[in-house]
Amino acid sequence: MRFTLNGTFRRIDAHPLKRLLDVLREDCALTGTKEGCGEGECGACTVLVDGAPVNSCLVPIAQINGARVTTIEGLRGRHPLQHAFVEHGGAQCGICTPGMILAAVALGKKPTLDQMKVGLAGNLCRCTGYSAIYRSIDAVTSTARRNRGDRKDREARSGSRTKKPRTRAGVTR
Amino acid sequence: MIGSLSHRTLLQPRSLTDALKMLRDEGPLVPLAGCTDLYVSLNFGTLKGTRFLNLWGLAGLKDISVRGDVLSIGALATHTDLIRSPLVQKRIPMLAAAAREVGGVQIQNRGTLGGNVANASPAGDTLPVLAAADAVVVLRSAAETRRVPFTTFYTGYRQSVRRLDELIVGFEIPAIHGRQWFRKVGTRAAQAISKVVIAGVAPAGRAGSVRVALGSVAPTVVRATRTEAALAGGATIGDAQRTLLEEIAPIDDIRSTSEYRRRVAANLLARFWADAHRK
Repeated sequence: MRFTLNGTFRRIDAHPLKRLLDVLREDCALTGTKEGCGEGECGACTVLVDGAPVNSCLVPIAQINGARVTTIEGLRGRHPLQHAFVEHGGAQCGICTPGMILAAVALGKKPTLDQMKVGLAGNLCRCTGYSAIYRSIDAVTSTARRNRGDRKDREARSGSRTKKPRTRAGVTR
Repeated sequence: MIGSLSHRTLLQPRSLTDALKMLRDEGPLVPLAGCTDLYVSLNFGTLKGTRFLNLWGLAGLKDISVRGDVLSIGALATHTDLIRSPLVQKRIPMLAAAAREVGGVQIQNRGTLGGNVANASPAGDTLPVLAAADAVVVLRSAAETRRVPFTTFYTGYRQSVRRLDELIVGFEIPAIHGRQWFRKVGTRAAQAISKVVIAGVAPAGRAGSVRVALGSVAPTVVRATRTEAALAGGATIGDAQRTLLEEIAPIDDIRSTSEYRRRVAANLLARFWADAHRK
């Protein structure tokens, strides 16, 4: 089986019916993708296939042949959403977080609250009550807006916190 | 993974012709499309088949097109394809509405219309739509193509007229006149399997006829023809509701009770009819 994993060409010798989730965790040693329910309800195993979110627990590796797969490791810890989830409490226990962030990446640049709710309906979180997740996603858009415009506003906001925002200036999704 | 793979094999056809020959010569095979139902069974160790046929790469079965007055939807069109298709939105918006309520985005991106029909769950969200739309199921084998009215496709609980050497290759949907209506009642808006699901068409002016179909209220999807006749004949909504309750046979299960389903089905019929007469 051949596919592109986080920008790198991979060739995997596995049973064609093996789940993408297991190939990622066992054959590729990328354990950022979590198994939750194993029935497509919880979204913890979400990865992007050709840019679209899918439940990797329900995808046989044979159906990934030639595709582009992005896992949480593919964001390399540098995606603005990853920083925003840390800063705004979007991540608590962390099991849903990799899948949640990848589903959020697929929302595009300026999702409305409604679009967030629809786009993340397939990702369950038992810690945050979702509000902190929506705030985290919204913060990326607002940070980008602030970085483009009012610097003083940004400084004023960051001064009121113990930590400075770690989102890099000028980075948008 | 709970279900073992060592005794299972996957056949990988390069074309539809190839796939149909494999079904004829190397069957019985379980066709695999988006796997959003079959892999749940595999993960729970309850999937019975050992030999599978991978349909996912057969791109020709994803087409959505109009020929004459008929909308053709390939069996491998995903729910996301249905939601985004301008042809589906224009000609059968109740199908786009149903597709939007299937699972979450992840399921919509993989699950297919053909798979929803082949899985044959009485709770399938797209099934009442296809029943109310007078859709035709296109079945292909190596030998022939058959066209079966959707309302005669199922023969019992999870049973259909599809032979083991046949594939569902698509659906043909004639032009629908009148106002389309779809509602799903479940535990929450997304990710829930329906307690009751209903699709309806109401005549607009002189165009069209009354059509009502429901899921999750019987062993198969129900086209409520006697209820349709009652509404078309000017019966009161109360009489139409009583007729509907004679046409459905819901059960108690993990998701709901028979009593609740009967009440909700009757309420949905009243809502459908009220909305149909709203200007």
